[in-house]
Amino acid sequence: MNVKLRVRRTDPETGRGGYSRYEIDAPESTTLLDALIQVREYEDGTLALRCSCRSAICGSCAMRVDGRARLACRAKVIALTRGNEDHEITVEPMGNMPVIKDLVTDMETFWAKIRQVDPYIQPATPPPPDEEYRVPNEAMLDLTHTMNCIMCGACVSDCTVLEVDKNFIAPAALAKAYRVVGDPRDGQQYERLKKLSEYSGIWDCTRCNMCVEVCPKGVAPMNRILQLREMAIEEGITNNAGARHTNIFTKSIVDGGRLNEVWMVPGSVGMFNIARMSQELPGALRMLRAGKLPIAQAVPPGVPGSHKIEGMERVRALVRKSGSLKPRKPQVVGS
Amino acid sequence: MTTSALRYAFWPGCVSKGAAPELYVSTVRVAQELGIELVELDQATCTGAGVIQEQNPELADALNARTFAMAQRLGLPLMNICSTCQGIESMVQDKLKKNDEYLGKINDILGDEGLHYTPGLEVKNFLWVLVEDFGLDRLKSMVKRPLSGIRVGPFYGCYILRPSQILGFDENPDRDKYLEMVIEAVGAEVVDYEGKKKCCGFPILTINRENSLRQAGNHIHEAQDLGADALVSPCPLCHLNLDAQQPAAKALTKHDIDLPIIHLPQLIGLAIGIDPKDMRLDHHVVSTKKLLKKLPQFAAV
Repeated sequence: MNVKLRVRRTDPETGRGGYSRYEIDAPESTTLLDALIQVREYEDGTLALRCSCRSAICGSCAMRVDGRARLACRAKVIALTRGNEDHEITVEPMGNMPVIKDLVTDMETFWAKIRQVDPYIQPATPPPPDEEYRVPNEAMLDLTHTMNCIMCGACVSDCTVLEVDKNFIAPAALAKAYRVVGDPRDGQQYERLKKLSEYSGIWDCTRCNMCVEVCPKGVAPMNRILQLREMAIEEGITNNAGARHTNIFTKSIVDGGRLNEVWMVPGSVGMFNIARMSQELPGALRMLRAGKLPIAQAVPPGVPGSHKIEGMERVRALVRKSGSLKPRKPQVVGS
Repeated sequence: MTTSALRYAFWPGCVSKGAAPELYVSTVRVAQELGIELVELDQATCTGAGVIQEQNPELADALNARTFAMAQRLGLPLMNICSTCQGIESMVQDKLKKNDEYLGKINDILGDEGLHYTPGLEVKNFLWVLVEDFGLDRLKSMVKRPLSGIRVGPFYGCYILRPSQILGFDENPDRDKYLEMVIEAVGAEVVDYEGKKKCCGFPILTINRENSLRQAGNHIHEAQDLGADALVSPCPLCHLNLDAQQPAAKALTKHDIDLPIIHLPQLIGLAIGIDPKDMRLDHHVVSTKKLLKKLPQFAAV
């Protein structure tokens, strides 16, 4: 089939570049990586790209394809074009990291973030005498997602928070953090969760699902971030805006069935956080003026007179019973 | 399905009943005009919006299963008007479909109310209803005042797009193009920009205000720079950050932005002849006057 490529180029000397266009003839089974290698071998030897295993194991060939991060070796050209040979595939280097040349990015910030979460298990106690640690199957099954991570950087490339805040620990490292925190052998869970709950950590994720979408290995980093949030709250690490936001939100639904938007801000930032509350005041007044501040929600959730949907007693019964749905936590088997 | 009468169990979500009343009013008005019958589920609860899920995913699953069961009791598909509701509802449906034992436990709890959920319920955002069930040709035939002369940028909202494998893209691969298709169907011009499928920043507004407003401000700025007269969204949470927080985003990012943000039903309503005031277009934080002035039919508004 005829394959049209539009490839972003960057000159390492000047940092400048543009797009190069290539048109090649390739069999229908061609992957994007095959196509790019064909271009480099036969059309343009100056094209730089990074690759190794060609089978989605090494994680070297992540790049942006038609606007989203993918492993080039895992993307069939025929699927990218939906069979339309006129479709020109746009290939760019990963986002959120500096470009060295063409499709090759500098992964240093990626690795720095991984190191930042201290990604090694630190057991509290030594293993039983003459034995190894024994861990229940289900605990390890829960971690298989994160163990599948090949550190390709796709999730970091397309993370929408990292775009506006380079300090955000970002999906790959947070998923790696879950790999460790979720391991029953680790003895530093509380300390880790406390650190991860700080600014730039688990609560700064917008839950946009971009990392879930682009991850080629099913790690679903955002879902791991949600698990970390659940664990942090369970551990009582709630003195931060993120955990307070979750608490007031849940309280609002359990109390009235629907979200009480008026009390979300004071409930999250802290009622007596004068600096933050005063930041929000002009916005609240603008909403009031536009008739968008729901007066029916003036009473905070949990206080008599707060707004409730009809039949709330049935919702409350469901809330009480839903506790039985919680799975039991796997524990390390003692010697 | 385009010729028979359309009926849906209608979950309005929290925001259309709270800080975005213009969404509720315009949805009901437009549905009436299009002949779509909505049976409102006034005893359904919030989907959890992914937030309750951070603390108690099982509770969120049970609450959503309850809403699904209410729709099934009426024998109707479920319609929502919020990208976030759509995503959460689809995620819960996927989870319950894959775990019979868990579903059984949830149904035991729902049984107290005489409710039961059987996987397979159709759950659709108004955007999907419009394109897949109502039909764009039918919509075009009802356009009384084509919105030619205005340029509109789509803003989807994350959860109506991602994760794509649970959002029916196998059967309906164009769901990530529907907003553009609707904008064209009502006669307006589409503005294509990178931010259209990204995050508005709303979920972290109270957690990391600066990041949240930067996200909103950047997308608005990009679209406006490319000539947009307005953005349209099927998600009221995006609307809150893009409209209500726009002045704050402007102050923080220093981008010179002033871009009306309209709800999907408002866009439809303008084209099929509903008075802007009946859709509360005069109740936005960012004034929509500038937009209406570009349309000769509303120039006097």
